[in-house]
Amino acid sequence: MEQAPPDAPRQLQPAPLEPLGLPDAGLQAAAGEEEEGAREEGPADGTMTENNFWLKKIEISVSEAEKRTGRNAMNMQETYTAYLIETRSVDHTDGQSVLTDSLWRRYSEFELLRNYLLVYYPHVVVPPLPEKRAEFVWHKLSADNMDPDFVERRRIGLENFLLRVASHPILCRDKIFYLFLTQEGNWKETVNETGFQLKADSRLKALNATFRVKNPDKRFTELKHYSDELQSVISHLLRVRARVADRLYGVYKVHGNYGRVFSEWSAIEKEMGDGLQSAGHHMDVYASSIDDILEDEEHYADQLKEYLFYAEALRAVCRKHELMQYDLEMAAQDLASKKQQCEELATGTVRTFSLKGMTTKLFGQETPEQREARIKVLEEQINEGEQQLKSKNLEGREFVKNAWADIERFKEQKNHDLKEALISYAVMQISMCKKGIQVWTNAKECFSKM
Amino acid sequence: MEGERRAPRARSCGLPAGGAPAPSPGVDAPLPGRSGPPALPRAEVLDLDEDEDDLEVFSKDASLMDMNSFSPMMPTSPLSMINQVKFEDEPDLKDLFITVDEPESHVTTIETFITYRIITKTSRGEFDSSEFEVRRRYQDFLWLKGKLEEAHPTLIIPPLPEKFIVKGMVEHFNDDFIETRRKALHKFLNRIADHPTLTFNEDFKVFLTAQAWELSSHKKQGPGLLSRMGQTVRAVAMSMRGVKSRPEEFMEMNNFIEIFSQKINLIDKISQRIYKEEREYSDEMKEYGPIHVLWSASEEDLVDTLKGVASCIDQCCKATEKRMSGLSEALLPVVHEYVLYSEMLMGVMKRRDQIQAELDSKVEALTYKKADTDLLTEEIGKLEDKVECANNALKADWERWKHNMQNDIKSAFTDMAEENIHYYEQCLATWESFLASQTDLHMEESSEDKPESH
Repeated sequence: MEQAPPDAPRQLQPAPLEPLGLPDAGLQAAAGEEEEGAREEGPADGTMTENNFWLKKIEISVSEAEKRTGRNAMNMQETYTAYLIETRSVDHTDGQSVLTDSLWRRYSEFELLRNYLLVYYPHVVVPPLPEKRAEFVWHKLSADNMDPDFVERRRIGLENFLLRVASHPILCRDKIFYLFLTQEGNWKETVNETGFQLKADSRLKALNATFRVKNPDKRFTELKHYSDELQSVISHLLRVRARVADRLYGVYKVHGNYGRVFSEWSAIEKEMGDGLQSAGHHMDVYASSIDDILEDEEHYADQLKEYLFYAEALRAVCRKHELMQYDLEMAAQDLASKKQQCEELATGTVRTFSLKGMTTKLFGQETPEQREARIKVLEEQINEGEQQLKSKNLEGREFVKNAWADIERFKEQKNHDLKEALISYAVMQISMCKKGIQVWTNAKECFSKM
Repeated sequence: MEGERRAPRARSCGLPAGGAPAPSPGVDAPLPGRSGPPALPRAEVLDLDEDEDDLEVFSKDASLMDMNSFSPMMPTSPLSMINQVKFEDEPDLKDLFITVDEPESHVTTIETFITYRIITKTSRGEFDSSEFEVRRRYQDFLWLKGKLEEAHPTLIIPPLPEKFIVKGMVEHFNDDFIETRRKALHKFLNRIADHPTLTFNEDFKVFLTAQAWELSSHKKQGPGLLSRMGQTVRAVAMSMRGVKSRPEEFMEMNNFIEIFSQKINLIDKISQRIYKEEREYSDEMKEYGPIHVLWSASEEDLVDTLKGVASCIDQCCKATEKRMSGLSEALLPVVHEYVLYSEMLMGVMKRRDQIQAELDSKVEALTYKKADTDLLTEEIGKLEDKVECANNALKADWERWKHNMQNDIKSAFTDMAEENIHYYEQCLATWESFLASQTDLHMEESSEDKPESH
């Protein structure tokens, strides 16, 4: 099955590069064109590895962040952060990497890219962007978008996003994505030329479909519930984690006060003085150790946040299914009603109320010729309708099949990543405990020498 | 003798007339301080009379001399001899064991108050029995402290827990408050018992052994109200004059006390704050663990991992509770006691300064020939001795106090460090075992996995 998006309207966009579904195609691509199909450390994807075996690998990194000022659409001065994206191609044989592209992008361009991907790949669980504004902040952490720590975490999040897209078997082949990495100027115009905004399903339409659809695939309904639960539980967890972090910060920092007071006290003590002074020093060390500890934990929180946002991506796929299903049901309904009308006209029985029927009653019956004409029109419409229904059905089934494949891929990725994140959390705790033991053992020694 | 002694006693404290004297009080009177026929306790009172009167003599001149002085003018009594010999604390020879427990609430029409049971076990000869059990209320402790301060103005009397706690505690008789107070009262009595001089104080003995009504009658003795007031007025007048020439060592001592007081107060605040922060941390942790369990309900493949994390968090939470209780047992009471000690020390310095001021004013009077020179000279002589006694007493007790303080502080902080080490060790063990369980599973799984990137 071709990996290119199946939707008919997509043919209007600049065609994506030839899909490289087969190893042969891969060889061809490696020979001539620029390669895509990036593979990187991070989320591993089994199928890609096989394909990439013959391709040169590329590495993507968001290596820097810079504050810039410029003028926005309303000609007002604004400050924003720009991120440097570097692409390197790595020679498979000797592991050498060469810088092939390097350009600056700001957050809004990432958003544009993602929105484009959402429209053109509705059956794909599109990787989420890092949060636009800092949420789940504990008191010491800044909620300011310009804060260097936030910018740093966002830089990492954006890099993660690009790596996820690049390692996705379908998304990695997209031309717009490729241009995002390689064509600095004019990229926005190129994206907008695809007209993707017009193709986006309206929110209203989607909401309507969600309420009215009668027979959605049960798996999607379950998936929706799952994504709601995931979102709710991760939000709760992040909120409480932030509070725990706050409290932990308090415990550690108050101990720092001991340092100062011990030092002052040691001035009047003869025998106890040295012990007090050095113990005080260890209290300071203890108090300042919390900063690094919580910094690490923030990265853990970011890993969870990614999956919090993934929940929304899952829901987007479900919504698309509901929309398609609803569309299908409406088309089927429409067809059925036309067929019925046709039947009624043909047999002369009026079972359903129709305006035509009313007007006929009021203004006189139509002539047989008129009736024939109408039947003909209806028959044509029915034919068309049947064709459309068939193709919609096919589309629907294709969509479900493809979406479900990506969802399975996503599930494996999620299980792997979350497990790793939880394990890394344990590792962080262990490191914190070891530091604690060290500091307090030192302090105890000082106390016992007093 | 007894008859003579008894008469004044009967006059001053209004014993019921007609009380027959018991058989001669002595070592064989097997009287525990428990309830018994009124005649017997009275004998005890009579017994104490002897010492009491001795003490009366001393206490009248308490302004002149201190039990713990080497002055030749001090009348020798068996007690004071023992004092002179037994100067340092000798824990091996401890012969007085006191416990304070069983707080009980008493409700009367006028008030509600708590009494504490005090059990004393001793092998000392001057006690009529080897075991005593009495009930005392806070007021009684206050009385005892006052008497000790009166008798030994320049000794460092152990501090009493506060009458009220200003911050936080609204209800006076909250359980924690009572328990904290009980422990502090226990400490108070034991510190007196360990003090080389105070342990032999007569009022202390009465406190430990007398029945309730005996104690109240005993309390009514002592310098009359007027004389007490007079003393206070004089004292205030003295302190107004300031100390002109405080000896060098006392200047140093004063400086130490001031700074120590500041620092120990800060440490008290810091320690309380740490306790509070740990409590809040523990509360949040209690909510944190269960969320992971909740999550595991919707994740088939992550159940073990999530439940594992939840369990670790819960265990760490328990470890925190333990750390907190360690803090409140070992560190907080000790630091707080020294906060009170620092206030006590300031009082002692003032009293010492007052005694010196008294001397200084007489000397000044002599210089300006304000009054009868001979009388003044004699008074000055007495005062000089008094000052010397006071200074010596304080100096000796100061060294002892400092030594104890160092040990107590050292021990309290070492315990605190130990608690923290233990806490982190527990948490470490918990997380390491979780990690081990996960990596074992991980290795099992990855052998079936597709080859990882690398």
